[in-house]
Amino acid sequence: MADHPVAVLQAWDIRKTYGERVVTEVLKGIDFELASREFCALTGPSGCGKTTFLNLAGLLDRQTEGRILLDGEDVGPLSDEERTTLRGTKLGFVFQFHHLLPAFTALENVMMPLVARHGRKTPAMSDKASYLLDEVGLADRERYKVTDLSGGQQQRVAIARALVVDPMLVLADEPTGNLDTESSAQVMELLKAFNERAGTAFLIVTHEESIAAHCRRVVHMVDGVIDSDRVVV
Amino acid sequence: MPFELFVAVRYLRDQPFQTGLILSGIGVGVGVIIFLSALITGLQVSIIDRTLGSQAQVFVRPIEEAPRIHPPRGAELLATTVERPPQRVRSIDGWQEVEALLLRSPGVTGAAPTVTGPAFAVRGLGSIALSVRGIELESYRSIVDVESRLVEGNFDLAGFNVVVGTELVRQLGVSLGGRVRIQAAGDRGGVYTISGIFDYNSVTLNESLVFISLRGAQTLFGIPGGVSAIEVKGRDVFEAEALAEQIRDRTGLVAESWMEQNGDLLTGLRSQSMSSIMIQVFVILAVALGIASVLAVSVAQKAREIGILRATGTPSGSVTRIFFIQGGILGGLGSLFGIALGIVLALFFASVARNPDGSATFPVALTPLLYGRSALIAIGVGLLAAVLPAREASRLDPATAIRNG
Ligand SMILES: Nc1ncnc2c1ncn2[C@@H]1O[C@H](COP(=O)(O)OP(=O)(O)OP(=O)(O)O)[C@@H](O)[C@H]1O
Ligand SMILES: [Mg+2]
Repeated sequence: MADHPVAVLQAWDIRKTYGERVVTEVLKGIDFELASREFCALTGPSGCGKTTFLNLAGLLDRQTEGRILLDGEDVGPLSDEERTTLRGTKLGFVFQFHHLLPAFTALENVMMPLVARHGRKTPAMSDKASYLLDEVGLADRERYKVTDLSGGQQQRVAIARALVVDPMLVLADEPTGNLDTESSAQVMELLKAFNERAGTAFLIVTHEESIAAHCRRVVHMVDGVIDSDRVVV
Repeated sequence: MPFELFVAVRYLRDQPFQTGLILSGIGVGVGVIIFLSALITGLQVSIIDRTLGSQAQVFVRPIEEAPRIHPPRGAELLATTVERPPQRVRSIDGWQEVEALLLRSPGVTGAAPTVTGPAFAVRGLGSIALSVRGIELESYRSIVDVESRLVEGNFDLAGFNVVVGTELVRQLGVSLGGRVRIQAAGDRGGVYTISGIFDYNSVTLNESLVFISLRGAQTLFGIPGGVSAIEVKGRDVFEAEALAEQIRDRTGLVAESWMEQNGDLLTGLRSQSMSSIMIQVFVILAVALGIASVLAVSVAQKAREIGILRATGTPSGSVTRIFFIQGGILGGLGSLFGIALGIVLALFFASVARNPDGSATFPVALTPLLYGRSALIAIGVGLLAAVLPAREASRLDPATAIRNG
């Protein structure tokens, strides 16, 4: 295995059911693989299980059946604390709503995953956060409380935070969901730039065609299964 | 700055209203504890001071004479009469050695031989019952600060000098330098000159207690060279009973502590302490519940943010610590307010509660020890109160928290 380039994310026959008495099967056997450097959209109607799948891939939840490999490592047997460490080192998250910590400044939000992982704040962390904020065009907003930023600016802070740990995979759940067309396009261009420059793999959940159009690969889900998987050349 | 401290402090600062409210709550609680402790301690010190201002901590006396049994004459042992020996002043055998032994004993800071007995002050046709106490001023000083009670004249017991209380002077209608005849049993007595007048803040003592020289009392009560008691002062007032016990064992004499002699007072002091402790316990409980509920509310409010922290790699242990730190900080800061409030309350009370003559009724005992103890309690309570909220926070499932937040 060592001499083959390993897929960032591999999911085999993933099933996820919720509830104990009334059991609903939300994911009904998903097979999915994401290579490093890939820039992939995950689309599908509301309630088809996109967020559910993203949570499994992001180690925020455990599947009912099937195996998930992250960077070639089976994450099933890992303890909660080991999964937490993996989240803080290999993954970046961009959430749709309420994604930042309102009590902190933009800079502090961005550096938070590093501070949490190492247990204390260092100047190097703040330098790195500052650099990333500059990259997303918010150099002059470092000291702002995130509640004083616009929706699009907040989402760019969230992107900077997702990238601060140098993740191999960023999972973004509707990163442009509450943004206007122009800001949405800006955010997507930003993600794409990072993908091309740093080689970070992206899995982006969206239900907007225009957003999906920014992606080379578009996976479409319907009712808990993958319906189509297209690569645009 | 450590991550957990950074987050904890920010969250406290970010909700100034909540933080301010609970800090005031803790402050009031700690303030009450400080005020109450200072008050009760001050009160008790002053009560004990008043009692022991006129009395030694431990009295060492000769063993009671065994009651004699008188069988009824000419009959079988149908009934017996038990008769106590007649009351008379008796001396401790070899008291000089006993005194030396006591002075060498650990925990003893002073010992004074005294002769105490009943007598009457006679003037004209009237007489007033007295308790005459013969002392050597030198040694008696080390037991009781008797000179501080003097209001007129000086404590001169040479020859036929006597120091009496304000009430006796009034009753007899005499003044400093006046004469009074003191009459004891067995037709022994003499005329004494009043060299000093004391005020013990007690009508009874001011009327009946008089001081003469040790030698004079020995003559008056017919025990030349003897003493009826050795009075002892120990290092700690509240250890007097243990000291008495130790003296009983070492000397084989009767040793009575002030606690035994003032059973009612001690019961009073103890129940006072108990009720003060009870109040403090409930105040602490209320403070703990206050801190716990504020933290629990904060966990609920911040569920989503905790979820985000967890999702981005914060270990659950860090989340636990964040809330413990908040509890500790609240307790610590609150106790600072509380100490300030307690001092203000105590000083205000001391300035209001005054004797008619304007002197403080009693001192409020504000000590660094009290502050330290209160602060420690508050911080401990803060940490304890954080246990449940912290556990709840660390158990939050990040996916659910983010989804439902
Ligand atoms: N914790 C849960 N308990 C029970 N049911 C759940 C839970 N989470 C998700 N579901 C159900 O699973 C289904 C899929 O939810 P999911 O959030 O993955 O949809 P989605 O594709 O992300 O939809 P949307 O585009 O609206 O965000 C829904 O029917 C939802 O009700
Ligand atoms: Mg969703």
